[in-house]
Amino acid sequence: MSIWEYANPVKFMRTSGAVLPWVVAAAALATVGGLVWGFLTPEDYKQGSTVKIVFLHVPAALMAINIWLMMLVASLIWLVRRHHVSALAAKAAAPVGAVMTLIALITGAIWGQPMWGTWWEWDPRLTSFLILFLFYLGYMALWEAVENPDSAADLTGVLCLVGSVFAILSRYAVNFWNQGLHQGASLSVAPGERMSAIYRYPLYLSMLGFFLLFLALLLIRTRTEIRRRRLAALLARENRA
Amino acid sequence: MWALLIRDLRLATRSGGGFGLALAFFLIVCTLVPFGVGPEGGQLSRIAPGILWVGALLSCLLSLDRIFALDFEDGSLDLLATAPLPLEGAVAVKALAHWLVTGLPLALSAPVFALLLHLPGPAYPWLVASLVLGTPALSMLGAFGAAVTVGLRRGGLLMSLLVLPLYVPTLIFGAEAVRRGAAGADPVTPLVFLAAVTLSTLALTPFAAAAALRVNLR
Repeated sequence: MSIWEYANPVKFMRTSGAVLPWVVAAAALATVGGLVWGFLTPEDYKQGSTVKIVFLHVPAALMAINIWLMMLVASLIWLVRRHHVSALAAKAAAPVGAVMTLIALITGAIWGQPMWGTWWEWDPRLTSFLILFLFYLGYMALWEAVENPDSAADLTGVLCLVGSVFAILSRYAVNFWNQGLHQGASLSVAPGERMSAIYRYPLYLSMLGFFLLFLALLLIRTRTEIRRRRLAALLARENRA
Repeated sequence: MWALLIRDLRLATRSGGGFGLALAFFLIVCTLVPFGVGPEGGQLSRIAPGILWVGALLSCLLSLDRIFALDFEDGSLDLLATAPLPLEGAVAVKALAHWLVTGLPLALSAPVFALLLHLPGPAYPWLVASLVLGTPALSMLGAFGAAVTVGLRRGGLLMSLLVLPLYVPTLIFGAEAVRRGAAGADPVTPLVFLAAVTLSTLALTPFAAAAALRVNLR
């Protein structure tokens, strides 16, 4: 048993097909549970009811970064070991990551308006997320533009590597450029900096929910990509015959 | 390597090579901005560092697709790829040639354009220094973008989407150095960071660009 077995599309399709309904159910349960629980939390003494945006904002932001990380790992696996499923998983993850980034940006704007008095501020975190969104757009556009699927996987893989370096570089360059309005880390292990338990536990649940949601979407989209690849192969065979 | 560099420079400077186009574009940007924001000197001199850097960046972008596109079309890129010179080296030389015909002239002529935008006096040396230090990174990253999109139809448009986010760190440090120079503060820190970005770009991007080119030549 090793993870490389799932590089075989047949094996991947069988296992992911069996797992998928459970992942979808768990994702629905955790996301809906976390959001409803979060919605029922009492109002914050300073921020009022707007604090509830945190249950959408933080998990989306968390996933936005981690999906790019997952794409980086998947691209590396593709570039090193040439497993097609890996490349297709990176392709399938990108739009989900872009939407997560967009959710983080939009909920951030909706939250920022009443709290900071502005929809948008050129704050390091906000700016880095905007740049991350641009990277996602470029990545997806490159996948669309290249016709040969293997070349597309190679080029987007290289782009993902270079993009990762520059995304991190931009993050710190932006820090240098402007001081922020955004708070620091939302979840800290240090006692005293922690947010109160009534907010923390629903937040954990909705973070889990967003992760499972991503997993479910990733599996569905990767399965679609594999089927599309198979269809293309069948059509090519048909045309040759 | 010398032969390739001289060939590229010759191609770029002869008629139809587009030499000077970047400078003309830079001039137009610097002319249009005052129309957009109004002619008051104080306002212009405040935004001048940013405008000059963004203008330089866009003029650099303009000629990027020429780095590889023509050679790809007539097949000389295939010859380069099979030549004894490693493709990484060829990429670096072609980026250097691009820098010599766009980045360097831009940096040297920037004071003239800065005059149009009322850039404060103390910032001039820093403007030239930051552009000389920063534009090699623009050419090198541009070569990567051009390598990725070389085989594509409408590659130019896609290339700007891919390359411009990569320009963010360079732009930040470059414009910050000029802004600090204009304000009379110490611009050395951003300049050092800018040099670091440029040097690491020079060291690493040729490998990524060559990898992308190999895929496109397959």
